[in-house]
Amino acid sequence: MHRKISEKGSAAIAFCLALIIVAFTVITVYMFAAKSWWFPPAISAFGTQIDAQFHRTLVITGIVFVLAQLGLAWVIFRYRDQGRKVEFFEGNSTLEFVWTVATVVLFVGLGLYGEHAWAEAHFQGAAPGALQVEITGQQFAWNFRYAGPDGKWGQTKPELVSASSGNPLGLDPRDPAAKDDIVSPTMYVPEGREVEVLIRTQDVTHSFYVRELRLKQDAVPGMVIHMHFNATVPGEYEIACAELCGLGHYRMRSFLYVVSQADYDKWIRDQEAALQ
Amino acid sequence: MVTHESGGHHHPPTGFIRKYIFSVDHKVIGIQYYFLALFSVFLGMTLSLLMRIHLVWPAAKLPFTPGGVMTPEQYLALVTMHGTIMVFMVLTTAPQSGFGNYILPIQIGAEDMAFPVLNMLSFWVTFVSLMVMVTAFFVTGGAPISGWTAYPTLSALGQITGPGQGAGQTLWVIGLGIFCVASLLGALNFITTTIDLRAKGMTFGRLPLTVWAWLITAVLALLAFGVLLAACILLLLDRTAGTSFFIPGGLVVTDTPITWHKGGSPLLWQHLFWFFGHPEVYIAILPGMGVASHVLSTFSRKPVFGYRAMVGAMCAIGFLGFCVWGHHMFISGMSPYSAFAFSLMTMTIGVPSAIKTFNWLGTLWGAQIRFTTAMLFALGFVSLFVTGGLSGLFLAQPSLDLYLHDTYFVVAHFHLIMGVAAIFGIFSATYFWYPKMFGRMLNESIGRLHFWITFVGVYCIFMPMHFLGLAGHPRRYADLTGVNFLAPLHAVHYFITISAMVVITMQLLFLFNFFYSMKAGKIAGDNPYEATTLEWAIPSPPPFDNFAGQVPVVYRGAYEFGVPGAHADFIPQHLVPAKAGRSH
Repeated sequence: MHRKISEKGSAAIAFCLALIIVAFTVITVYMFAAKSWWFPPAISAFGTQIDAQFHRTLVITGIVFVLAQLGLAWVIFRYRDQGRKVEFFEGNSTLEFVWTVATVVLFVGLGLYGEHAWAEAHFQGAAPGALQVEITGQQFAWNFRYAGPDGKWGQTKPELVSASSGNPLGLDPRDPAAKDDIVSPTMYVPEGREVEVLIRTQDVTHSFYVRELRLKQDAVPGMVIHMHFNATVPGEYEIACAELCGLGHYRMRSFLYVVSQADYDKWIRDQEAALQ
Repeated sequence: MVTHESGGHHHPPTGFIRKYIFSVDHKVIGIQYYFLALFSVFLGMTLSLLMRIHLVWPAAKLPFTPGGVMTPEQYLALVTMHGTIMVFMVLTTAPQSGFGNYILPIQIGAEDMAFPVLNMLSFWVTFVSLMVMVTAFFVTGGAPISGWTAYPTLSALGQITGPGQGAGQTLWVIGLGIFCVASLLGALNFITTTIDLRAKGMTFGRLPLTVWAWLITAVLALLAFGVLLAACILLLLDRTAGTSFFIPGGLVVTDTPITWHKGGSPLLWQHLFWFFGHPEVYIAILPGMGVASHVLSTFSRKPVFGYRAMVGAMCAIGFLGFCVWGHHMFISGMSPYSAFAFSLMTMTIGVPSAIKTFNWLGTLWGAQIRFTTAMLFALGFVSLFVTGGLSGLFLAQPSLDLYLHDTYFVVAHFHLIMGVAAIFGIFSATYFWYPKMFGRMLNESIGRLHFWITFVGVYCIFMPMHFLGLAGHPRRYADLTGVNFLAPLHAVHYFITISAMVVITMQLLFLFNFFYSMKAGKIAGDNPYEATTLEWAIPSPPPFDNFAGQVPVVYRGAYEFGVPGAHADFIPQHLVPAKAGRSH
């Protein structure tokens, strides 16, 4: 049987490539275990649930990752050209069957497991008695509206919108329900209270995003989208825009304040007083 | 199967223009596509380099930024054009239109593509598309700032939503529409050629996996680009003719009510775009899978493990690729119930991808690996494909997507899988077929150096991006000071930028090798790798009609390496059985 003599340096190349892949695998596993750059702590039971699913996924994909990369490194080193005969085979139906079924069970099972959290966020509405807050995005600011003592949203009109003269949502002054609507550039919610948000936008697509809530939802022109959350840890959290909305996308920022019920009531009273 | 018309409707042209510019020869057209992609990839890399420098040194004085310091809108224009040029002009063009054009007809034993004039037209329409897009940089307001996904209403309302959203965005959408036409023409040609022009004995079961990959990619392109073309036309009408396909009523942009639009839906664009956009990912990566399978088998000196499973997996990926577009839209406001279905379909598409990985490892198992540069890039492809594919299992779950969507985690994922894995497929193909295309070998020492730096480098660029994403870093941020939680991430950005500068600079090694070897490379000969498929049966470079009038007959499958009892460790597909020894 005619064969070419293996190229010089083949062992060195095999060794180097296998070593790089092993080193890369070890460093990657270390980085994911060290968590130097990681999620901020979750501030809701929902967020904790998301984190648990993330860890499940991380463990499963991590095992597959390590096995596949180390397997690749192994065959590269082990089966470098040493002038031997190859082991001739063209496939193995049993193996194909086994790893197909195994990956179906693993991947689809993982997907099904993760659907609980999604269902909780989206299939169920907010709990009864939830505090309603309307969130409106515009280039490049967020506005948060509370219905006020009457519990009714006042009418808004596009032609009345004027961010420069202090009516960013275009509230209609002739509508009595609009008179007590509180519009704030930051968001206040009481801790441990179910909050239902109505997300909308005036101009282009934005995305309401609070890392600590593990929530992100696009604000889509022409739509009002409902989401709900229950934040249990008081504090100041940044709200960012997560959908490219124009040149000021990177600075379309606001704050979510999760405060005690007493502080929340005080904030609402101050806002109402400012409206008078 | 159609036999070839013999007796010269197809003479080699003599003039320079008919030979090299408006050529109908698939080989010249393939090289034209390749050069278009080569120009585009260096343009796209330069744009990304400027973005990386700006993120880390925002006050840096850069070339091409009037006024010296880069503005947010200039940054976003780079984001848009980098994505658009890389996805369409590089990842769609080089592996399919470039190598597919050059190699596919030869590998199936055809003298040319089925429609040579249409083939020429496809290339020149692509060229026009690139010119139109690049022109967007030079019009008032500059290039568009809405990203390669161009979501309305940002992309639909015109100048009022931002600089670049006027003439720049219009040119962008026209350019993209033209590209769709070119891709449709190309896809028709690929499918017809593969079905009709196979040589005697070249049954579907004997096709090289590269041909299967190009065929399936062409089917995907035929079904996907038509939808994108429709979307582009609707968007163009919204922008220029006052229609409202994507624009609802009642909008107010910077205190100006938009009164002339009503009744449209921004989500319609997203559905149309991603119905194209997800198959597009596979249009970019399938040819790379084909090349990886082909190169791994050739330099393992072993048959591909599970040929039928490989073909089946590619077909499954092609089919499922059309059923998963909604996973780009989990947080778009789309029905959460359909998100459930899209999620499960997406987890399912991981299965054929895993099958391919197992079979590549199976091909390497028991091999005698020859570490050519082409092989190194194919091995790198497998590693990148695993890494980039697994992060998809996070993003496929809508509950995790609530956090990870539109963060750098996504940027890391798609750059690894459809960006650099596909690029590694292109590099592998380049090192592998360069000798056939230009008659000389690429320099292996420079090639290996290029591989080491690129392989380590792309991991240094894109792995840290996962951690930016886990820390919640949104993508497409022109500046890192707008949000406080980005402050601790500067060190990571710094590392990424330095890595990108090294990797991009080192691509000049490849460019040097590419042009230097045309003149000074080792003479290749017909079959420098002892490979089996038909392109190695003819001279390098091949004559005008590929087989000099003697179209070979095919006697066996494409990967007869190491067959016990054979005279050599490889049996070419066209070798008559009597000469092969005990053929498998």
